[in-house]
Amino acid sequence: MEFDVVIGLEIHAELKTKTKVFCSCKNEFGAKPNANTCPVCTGMPGALPIINKHAVELCIKAGLCFGCTISEYAVMERKNYFYPDLAKAYQISQMVHPICVGGGIKLRSGKFMRLNRIHLEEDAGKLTHISRAVGTLVDYNRGGTPLIEIVTEPDFSTAEEVDEFLKRVRESLVYSGIADCKMEEGGMRCDVNLSLKPKGSKALGTRTEMKNLNSFKSVSRAIEYEIKRQKEILEDGGTIIQETRKWDDAKGKNLSMRTKEQAQDYRYFPDPDILPIAISKSDVAKIKATMPTLPQERRDRYVKVFGLPEYDAAILTSSKYVSDYFEKCTRIFDSPKKISNWIMVDLLKLVKEQEDFVFPIAEEDLCEIIKMVEERVINKTVGLQLMDAVIKSGKKPSALAKEMNLIATISEEQILSLLQKLKAENAKVSEDYKKQPQKVVGFIVGYVMKNTAGKANAELVKSLIEKVF
Amino acid sequence: METRFDKLSVRELADGIKKQKYKCEEVVRFFAKRCEESVKFNAIIEVFDDIFEKARLIDEKISRGEKLGKLAGVPVAIKDNILCKGKKMSCASKFMKDFVSPYSATIVKKLESEDAVIFARTNMDEFAMGGSTENTIYGPCKNAFDEKRVAGGSSGGSAVAVALGLCPVAIGTDTGGSIRQPSSFNGVVGIKPTYGTVSRYGIVAFASSTDQAGPITKTVEDNEFVLSILAGKDEHDMTTIDNDFSKAMVKKKYTVGLCKELVEKIKVLKEYPQFEKAVEKMKQEGFDYVEVSVPHILNSLACYYILTPAEAASNLARFDGVKYTSRSESARTLEDVYVKSRSEGFGKEVQRRIMLGNFVLSSGYFDAYYKKAKSLQQLLKKEFAKAFEKCDCILTPTTPGEAFEIGGKIKDPLAMYLEDLFTVPASIAGIPALSVPYAKGEHGLPLGLQFMGKERSEKVLYDIAKKFGGESYGI
Repeated sequence: MEFDVVIGLEIHAELKTKTKVFCSCKNEFGAKPNANTCPVCTGMPGALPIINKHAVELCIKAGLCFGCTISEYAVMERKNYFYPDLAKAYQISQMVHPICVGGGIKLRSGKFMRLNRIHLEEDAGKLTHISRAVGTLVDYNRGGTPLIEIVTEPDFSTAEEVDEFLKRVRESLVYSGIADCKMEEGGMRCDVNLSLKPKGSKALGTRTEMKNLNSFKSVSRAIEYEIKRQKEILEDGGTIIQETRKWDDAKGKNLSMRTKEQAQDYRYFPDPDILPIAISKSDVAKIKATMPTLPQERRDRYVKVFGLPEYDAAILTSSKYVSDYFEKCTRIFDSPKKISNWIMVDLLKLVKEQEDFVFPIAEEDLCEIIKMVEERVINKTVGLQLMDAVIKSGKKPSALAKEMNLIATISEEQILSLLQKLKAENAKVSEDYKKQPQKVVGFIVGYVMKNTAGKANAELVKSLIEKVF
Repeated sequence: METRFDKLSVRELADGIKKQKYKCEEVVRFFAKRCEESVKFNAIIEVFDDIFEKARLIDEKISRGEKLGKLAGVPVAIKDNILCKGKKMSCASKFMKDFVSPYSATIVKKLESEDAVIFARTNMDEFAMGGSTENTIYGPCKNAFDEKRVAGGSSGGSAVAVALGLCPVAIGTDTGGSIRQPSSFNGVVGIKPTYGTVSRYGIVAFASSTDQAGPITKTVEDNEFVLSILAGKDEHDMTTIDNDFSKAMVKKKYTVGLCKELVEKIKVLKEYPQFEKAVEKMKQEGFDYVEVSVPHILNSLACYYILTPAEAASNLARFDGVKYTSRSESARTLEDVYVKSRSEGFGKEVQRRIMLGNFVLSSGYFDAYYKKAKSLQQLLKKEFAKAFEKCDCILTPTTPGEAFEIGGKIKDPLAMYLEDLFTVPASIAGIPALSVPYAKGEHGLPLGLQFMGKERSEKVLYDIAKKFGGESYGI
């Protein structure tokens, strides 16, 4: 029996705000337990939340990344449940009136994956189980840090589609300064809802929700596993139970966490402590003005306008920094392919394996070197030597090239005498030049270079050829 | 003979301290002694142990010639649901009896910045749920005029403390009448300000959308003076508003509204003759009268007993046995910690409201109850606004009658809830309501008159109450 796979995603990303979403505690990873807490984020009696405007702005920004409609009226609601990591015993989230509605991402295949919504909410604290005797410790540092939840429609049918989508989401959020999306720190988390239905059938099957997916790889593996698991059950004539299943990456399988019957009734209602959020068109326009061009748009431009291969475009947009660097270079020296080569071959290897790197050479300096090579003032090998020297000394390439005696120091007279010599020794060259000059210019320049160890200025040589021949 | 500091107005008291007529230390000693003498009333849970130290600091500042605030040296008692850093605060609940406040409420900071002495904490119904101050681990608070009768509630301790002269000012909180009803029962003045006038930060939430703190005092003048200090927008409470009511315009002549829908209910009360007399008196004093209609006003009570338990169920969820409350000793599992701790920690009335609140919020019932009550709230706001186009205030008795006997209604929650009939509408609509003493009931106990006004009309209500005069009670 053949099945259609139906997958929907719930993606959480931690917002890059300075402070938490409802208090002024620092929003940072790795502080000492409970160092970043106050009466508000530890749920002390009488404490009240104050909404962080920046978090709302970042949520709007996320909506703009994916073409969502930004609501003019949004409401924070309380999701009520008991757990020790949830200080107030309710999570402030959104239900009926989220900040962003709709939107989506077009995959390479052309398939459009719709978003249902993006909403703002707070994260919970962290529990550490020590032992039976000591018990469990709570760290509320993460409690009250801002999250966005991106909820998709059930538009996915393969792990590959999900993978491409997640990577697109991540790069857009990172580019826009919305989130760092460090999956290993829990900065981005993804829950997968998955069901199967007989091929072509309209009615959806019973779905399961998978949690604890901490890397792109585990998302893909978990999807493959769950498809297989459900398929086997259905083919054996069994039924799928609506439940939440926890992925165990080490074992490569998932286990039931709770069934629908055990599911909580969250008793959502509007949080009376937080005024509804009014978002004006001009607020949205202001935020829109701060948005960078997103990576997909950049890649399209690199391929269509600059004529770069898809591979180059992908590598150049792997981070906003590299992409911005590349684009600045193209504005200084209009030779995208050459710049791309230098960055991909010569610059990236200098920062290999580094996180948050900065290229050790300024865009202007790199362009100056590339230009010198392209104009044959120096050759590529000398160009690389020069780049190395610029990086080490911090001096300007032109000054350094002179200092190091790298630039053509062959005088006009020396070139002239070489050309005269060639003319005298090789009459065929003169004849050919008179008939079809462009065919022999290369040969003549090469001759001069060969006899000057490449130090002659090619442009100068060209102009002198005209005189002599 | 020692000065009767309880006979002075708040302003006079502060002025006397500033002008060194007497020392703050004497004032504090006087009130501390009165508290000691009145222990049997159960109005005061604890006189704070640092009051003499605070008083000495104030006296020193004055002798150094430093300028002091408007409440220089005035002892202020706070209800046991208001946080004052370093002091115990229990909400009169077993569950929180050992809690020490890690920070101070905004209103406590405001009082302190005007050099008031945070003096004592007062008895209340557990988590402010109740109308008698019988739901308390400290024993029922007794009425200032009759020890067999209730103080009213939930701010019973605050009202009785002021009535007995145990402190010049006490702060109460009012969610559906918890300042006004005990003020009425004890012959003192209490106001529930426009929602948002007083910051809720640092006050244990019962129902966030109707909770308001306010002063309980002997006179209208004192009340207005203290409220002007408590009021103001707070960066820690998003729901606060800029209500600079003292700048509002007052009139020479006011129009008083009688609400058509309530008149029927008022006419059947035992104390109707007293109310009628008050109306006559106001007419003689030149007030105009007009009948107004708030068509859905009688639905307020139903609306109130849906909205406030819903919010309370969520607000009280943080008292879970995990963090700062007590934890059941027999708890073995996490579920035990929640279920057993909460069952043992919360009193019956609190549990009743949590159950009710979770029911109306639960899936399948939300639209029928909570959502409907919310739309009714919006409707009531509009109806009140329309009524106030015709009048400056709406007049009602504060309570259906005199203070009832201790134990009289505690076993009948519905009878207890009906006590709130006249006070709840202003809470639901978010409008200010002032209760002032005006007459005595059949047992010689005080009765309160309630003036409701439109949003931010506190000044008008105070002015009307001053013009009306009313009775004054002294013990």
